[in-house]
Amino acid sequence: MNTFVVLVENLPGVLTRVASLFRRRGFNIESLTVGHTQTPGVSRMTIAVDTDELGARRVEANLYKLINVLRVDNVTSAPTVLRDLALIKVTATPETRAHVMQLVEVYRARVVDVSPSSLVVEITGTEEKIDSLIEVLRPYGVLEMARTGTIAMVRGGTTSTEGISTSNGATHTEHPTDDVSVSYSV
Amino acid sequence: MKKTGAQILWESLVREGATCVFGYPGGAILPAYDAMLDFPIRHILVRHEQGATHMADGFARATGNVGVAMATSGPGATNMVTGIATAMMDSSPIVCITGQVGSKLIGSDAFQETDITGITLPITKHNYLVTRPDDVARAIREAFYVARSGRPGPVLVDVTKDAQQSSCEFEWPAEPTLTGYRPNHWPSKPEFERAAELIHAAKRPVILAGHGIVLSGATDVVRRFAERAHVPVAMTLLGLGGLAASHPLNLGMMGMHGEAWVNTAIQEADLLLAFGMRFDDRVTGNLKTYAPQARKIHIEIDPAEINKNVKVDVGLVGDLRDILEELLPYVGACDRTEWIDHISHLKGDSAVRDIQQLPDSGHLYAAHVIHDIWKATNGEAIVVTDVGQHQMWEAQYYHHEEPRSLITSGGLGTMGFALPAAIGAKVGRPDAEVWVIVGDGGFQMTMAELATIAQENIDLNVAIINNGFLGMVRQWQEFFYERRYAATPLVNPDFTRLAEAFGLKGARVRSRAEVVPTVQAAREHAGTVVIDFQVEQEDSVFPMVPAGADLHAMIRRPSAIVETGADV
Repeated sequence: MNTFVVLVENLPGVLTRVASLFRRRGFNIESLTVGHTQTPGVSRMTIAVDTDELGARRVEANLYKLINVLRVDNVTSAPTVLRDLALIKVTATPETRAHVMQLVEVYRARVVDVSPSSLVVEITGTEEKIDSLIEVLRPYGVLEMARTGTIAMVRGGTTSTEGISTSNGATHTEHPTDDVSVSYSV
Repeated sequence: MKKTGAQILWESLVREGATCVFGYPGGAILPAYDAMLDFPIRHILVRHEQGATHMADGFARATGNVGVAMATSGPGATNMVTGIATAMMDSSPIVCITGQVGSKLIGSDAFQETDITGITLPITKHNYLVTRPDDVARAIREAFYVARSGRPGPVLVDVTKDAQQSSCEFEWPAEPTLTGYRPNHWPSKPEFERAAELIHAAKRPVILAGHGIVLSGATDVVRRFAERAHVPVAMTLLGLGGLAASHPLNLGMMGMHGEAWVNTAIQEADLLLAFGMRFDDRVTGNLKTYAPQARKIHIEIDPAEINKNVKVDVGLVGDLRDILEELLPYVGACDRTEWIDHISHLKGDSAVRDIQQLPDSGHLYAAHVIHDIWKATNGEAIVVTDVGQHQMWEAQYYHHEEPRSLITSGGLGTMGFALPAAIGAKVGRPDAEVWVIVGDGGFQMTMAELATIAQENIDLNVAIINNGFLGMVRQWQEFFYERRYAATPLVNPDFTRLAEAFGLKGARVRSRAEVVPTVQAAREHAGTVVIDFQVEQEDSVFPMVPAGADLHAMIRRPSAIVETGADV
């Protein structure tokens, strides 16, 4: 699995361009999330793709061919904070409610809604942690679930967004592959 | 000063250097057509929008400048799709401008509405939907910049009718600054050194020269490089002409229908230098057995092509001409006479088996026709070919000396390309002699453009290689489907009378003796001549690497040709 942080111009059709690229080049998207960044006009995508190292290089090179893509970072091997958010509606009768809430406590998740027959649980964490909570809740009856997909950020002081702005702005950082340390050779 | 979006459109096209536009009007592009009359633009009215895109493509390939095609919304735009995909696959710089329904109607399934930016998304380098007159100039400026820079390609600009009609202050934008667009790259010094090491260490190197040597204007430095490092050069179909066919280091075409000894040389090589080519399946055959002993250096402007099909040892990403100029001083003069002699030895009996050795037995062979056209035009014509057997015979028997003298649809393999692309080439280079070599199948796909030729007084010549079959498909049926000729025999119209109906001249050739006189007469005739060469029906292109087979496992020309002079 390879995880990419992709900064794109926030324009109509950009998500389609990115998604279409993966489809037509035969890469399978495991998860894709999009949201705003601190820079107006720039959106951030976190894309998880099931591919090997050579495939990951091709994904990166092809993403860079899209004119609305500003920056691509493959964060797979970097120390990274990865987070997913899930809302889980689980059956909770007066008899089982205490058990369910105990489990929620163990996972450091939160109950955000209570009804006579159910609870809505909110959890953030890695994909594995969320999967694990779902597994333990399943016997009680998972009625509905919504997950965001993974977002990623590299730990430490470096950033993916330094110097990035849209085409209209003035700032511009050289593309990482202009860096002499990057080689296309194997 | 206030201008309408339509006026800004033409103002921008003129400022970008456009002098001619290939197009077809319609409702949503009408304001633009009305404004056109006030600008110094030659408009060529096509008969089908696919033709407009191929013409723009042919114009671009013949001149190196951006070609422009125009159409209305809906069916006008969708008719462009094949031409855009053709330009995309062969990295040809064209800008397509389409009208779109009014911005308030978008998404309402209005009359002649279609989502052309969505449809062309995977087959354009980039595209734009312009809904305000204020955005027209910038979109056109960026479209030309994107189309011609880096790895060239098609760009589509879809302009709504209201954006053409309403007015705004016109201001010509500054040089485009596209933060997310990086057409230029440059390798690091150690990579140059590593490449030079591999070149020096190599005993049996081969250069693989592709379309990139023409697109980057690297043909001269490729020749100097090959001479200095003393490395033989094999060409891809789209590379042909990039190095003169008569150059002693030029091996000719590689791949599926390359000469067997050229492919054998590649298979025996210990170093491949891939210059502006992308290891297409038609040149590699089976990737698992491709050039197994060779190290590989790939010089290519598109980073996404490195390690796509063939894993390489050194990938130098950037403009080929600049990189070769930089690399040249690293490379000392070499002598590889032994290797080059060995390759000559590989030719073996190829020359004897060659169809040109076939005696005139009353049959007319396509290869003979093409050979004779080559002779008669002194090898100096721009030849525009279609797709199929005649395309391969042309590549084998018309020996191109100059870059941009062969124009053909390589990557997409678009039948119907030749006639319109030739019109574009002739418009772009009016002083050049232009020949269309086309099959009877492909010709009928876009033959309506004969009317464009007549209306615009285009002077070119059309050689229809008429074998009464969809020849290449028939050949595959013969080789791989037990001669079951499903849907390949053609019942054709009378091509000479067809030409006459369009107000052009027609001629028919049935024997070898008639070929040269007819070709010469066509060359002397002012105006387009359509020649119907009625050739041997069940002739096949040799040699051939079956799709997916090992590159060295070629089906060779049957030696029976020589012994009996019988049909192939």
